[in-house]
Amino acid sequence: MRDLPLGLTAALTAAAAALTACGGGTDPEAGEMTVFAAASLTDAFEELAAEFEARHPGTEVVLNFAGSSELAAQINAGAPADVFAAADTATMGQVVEGEGLNDEWAAEHGEDGAVFATNALRIAVPADDPAGIEDLDDLAGADVSVALCADEVPCGAATAAALEAAGLDITPVTYEGDVRAVLTKVELGEVDAGLVYATDVRAAGEGVTGISFPEAEEAVNAYPIGLLADAPRPGPAADWIDLVLSQDGAAVLAEAGFGAP
Amino acid sequence: MGEHRVSVLCADLRLSRGDFDLDVALSVAAGEVLALLGPNGAGKSSALRALAGLLPLTAGHVRVDGDDHTRTPVERRPIGMVFQDYLLFQHMSTLDNVAFGPRCQGESKADARARAAELLGHMDLAGYTRARPRNLSGGQAQRVALARALAVRPRLLLLDEPMAALDVSTRLHVRGRLRRLLEEFDGATVLVTHDPLDAMVLADRIAVVEGGRVVQEGAPAEVARRPRTPYVARLVGLNLFRGRADGTAVALDGGAVVEVHEAHHGPALVAFPPRAVALYRRRPDGSPRNLWELTVDGVERFGDQVRVHLTGTLDLAADISPAALAELGLVRGDTVWAGVKAAEAECYPG
Amino acid sequence: MTGSAAPAGPVLRARPGRPPWPLVLPALVGVAFLVLPMLGLVVRAPWPDMGRRVTEPDVLAALWLSLSTATVTTALCLVFGVPLAWLLARTDFPGRRLVRALVAVPLVVPPVVGGVALLLLLGRNGLLGRYLDAWFGITVPFTPAAVVLAQTFVAMPFLVISVEGALRGADRRYEEAAATLGAGRVTVFTRVTLPMVLPGVGAGAILCWARALGEFGATITFAGNFPGTTQTMPLAVYMAMQRDPEAAIVLSLVLLLVSLAVLATLREKWVNTA
Repeated sequence: MRDLPLGLTAALTAAAAALTACGGGTDPEAGEMTVFAAASLTDAFEELAAEFEARHPGTEVVLNFAGSSELAAQINAGAPADVFAAADTATMGQVVEGEGLNDEWAAEHGEDGAVFATNALRIAVPADDPAGIEDLDDLAGADVSVALCADEVPCGAATAAALEAAGLDITPVTYEGDVRAVLTKVELGEVDAGLVYATDVRAAGEGVTGISFPEAEEAVNAYPIGLLADAPRPGPAADWIDLVLSQDGAAVLAEAGFGAP
Repeated sequence: MGEHRVSVLCADLRLSRGDFDLDVALSVAAGEVLALLGPNGAGKSSALRALAGLLPLTAGHVRVDGDDHTRTPVERRPIGMVFQDYLLFQHMSTLDNVAFGPRCQGESKADARARAAELLGHMDLAGYTRARPRNLSGGQAQRVALARALAVRPRLLLLDEPMAALDVSTRLHVRGRLRRLLEEFDGATVLVTHDPLDAMVLADRIAVVEGGRVVQEGAPAEVARRPRTPYVARLVGLNLFRGRADGTAVALDGGAVVEVHEAHHGPALVAFPPRAVALYRRRPDGSPRNLWELTVDGVERFGDQVRVHLTGTLDLAADISPAALAELGLVRGDTVWAGVKAAEAECYPG
Repeated sequence: MTGSAAPAGPVLRARPGRPPWPLVLPALVGVAFLVLPMLGLVVRAPWPDMGRRVTEPDVLAALWLSLSTATVTTALCLVFGVPLAWLLARTDFPGRRLVRALVAVPLVVPPVVGGVALLLLLGRNGLLGRYLDAWFGITVPFTPAAVVLAQTFVAMPFLVISVEGALRGADRRYEEAAATLGAGRVTVFTRVTLPMVLPGVGAGAILCWARALGEFGATITFAGNFPGTTQTMPLAVYMAMQRDPEAAIVLSLVLLLVSLAVLATLREKWVNTA
């Protein structure tokens, strides 16, 4: 800076100050609030976001949907999120240990986030059900081709727990990287059956039939939500979580196929 | 000329592409070399490609040894072709280049190679059979290309600008050698060139092609001595004029009159070399039969001579020595007297 | 003094001079941009237990599957892609421009979409697949053959485009020369054209192989993911990433090093023979 003319230095300083000023000092209620949420929450959260924006004029809810573990990695790497809604408690645990949750909020709602919904596994079969699947035992049949989630991803962990509870050892034709991929293979009829979540069956519509089975109760996925420690907009974020936990929130989630906590 | 010999090639080549239009009839006897001489774009290469089958004819015919090959595909014509840059296959040895044709004709590998080796030996290339084409000199590459073309035992040999890829210093030697090799070939040869010297040395007969037509055809000496178009005259370095003869006086189209030594009547051409023109600052006394007062249009170096371009009642070129130029002190726009002896002016029916 | 007379004694050759910075600077940025992310992998790799991780049976199986399927894919691309490139470069059939545009489609389409498209064609209920299943009892998805097909779909354009470019750049007069020597079109192609464009074919094959080796989206969609059968290295990396990022780094490095070694060897061979 030494060689810069004095006037230019002053101008640069002023510009920098102006930029800084843009970051704060405005209406705390208005602006964007960012929610990172598991992909399975897409439909429910989009509906809730519309409701939220209607109740809080001036606040825009920015939704970022992806796999829970990818989102957790992004948050721990410093992504500017206010709220994290995970598809399982383990992934929320990664964030609790990483960036952490807002202390004040956690003291009130729980150190590991608040569980707002559950999701149970279903057997998904194509609408014409070519292999005649009726319960979990049928998946072990020699001629039945099955798609399962890979062990590495959350739905895979749930699948493993359910199969263990049933005492079944199923060799699928493929271990998919996410639950939607399992659903796609079922929808296209490439496999006779797959294990997916109730919400996925609901989202797939008429192409897929869901069959519930008792062992699914052994592997119910709890969905925790939390206000992040570094949330840029903690106020609206807390309001958002309240909406999700409210009766109105529960109704929307149930419509999408989620179970109550 | 080939009147006493049987015609191997008999072709009537007609093709039109866009605004270009070729109409050339050729007949070449066994053992005869015909040169197609002409400026760029005259259609001589198109004629050669049409003979090879690389360019389809719009009309006409190509007959070799009496058989009609107008519609024969390239690979089944009884031809051998030497291309301008020789186009030797770079990924093959010299031997395999020459053996390529016989192999394609179904000869065994051993027979094809034996024939290739024999041809290369005949062309003094026995030591280069394993060489890659890129390591050959221009003259060697030309002989390999010729050997490759002859290896298929063609009846019609086609050469496209065979000297163009060579540098000037080697041309004299290579041209003489090519001449001797072509003399041994017993089929018909057609070669295309834009260099009159190549045509004169290599060919038994020259067909001058301009604008898609043969404008003059004859033995090299005949064409050199009696050009029929300004293009040929310029190529062979002659002043050429068209006019009407009445005895030894020829009235040129431009109005001037030239005295010649041989009497003719009717349309005639008059030609004389630039070195036959003498220049004078003043009207000379013991004047030659032909004398014109002309204006200097330009002066340029021409070999060890100086070429003076003159304009006026007729346009002509005069070659004088640099010393004479210095003495005359000519510059553009000067007026000068130009004289030509009647004995130097060749006159022939036009 | 004009330059025509050569001075006696040693010739003073003009030095080539330093490369100009407007070219060097962006080139350095380019190299850094390509190499630095790899450096990230190298720095974060768990070197102490690298040896143990690399020799795990699942890793070796995935590596073998990747190398073998990429090689088969390259062979398939050569068998079908070179003639296709020839048709595009050397003939003028109706719809040629459309076909050329279609050849580039897999470059533009996200590989996952390519995988779905393959499922819709060759899947159990696919346009063709249903007949394969009904008449011959063949199901393509979830097999190593499906891995090869998915890779071929995404890698073929690389080969076709390189070879077509080489063919268009090749001097066609050599083909004419061969024809005048009695060579039919097939002979001209195999004996003259192909040797002439061999460097282009080689470059295309290398690109094709590398693309096949890195293929992920179309493979996981069409062939699925089953260790030893359809789990190639990129799929193994993706799965490892879900639970054990360090394992993913190890796998990535293995893939990187093996492919670099193969490419370097091929290139060496290529330069020596060409």
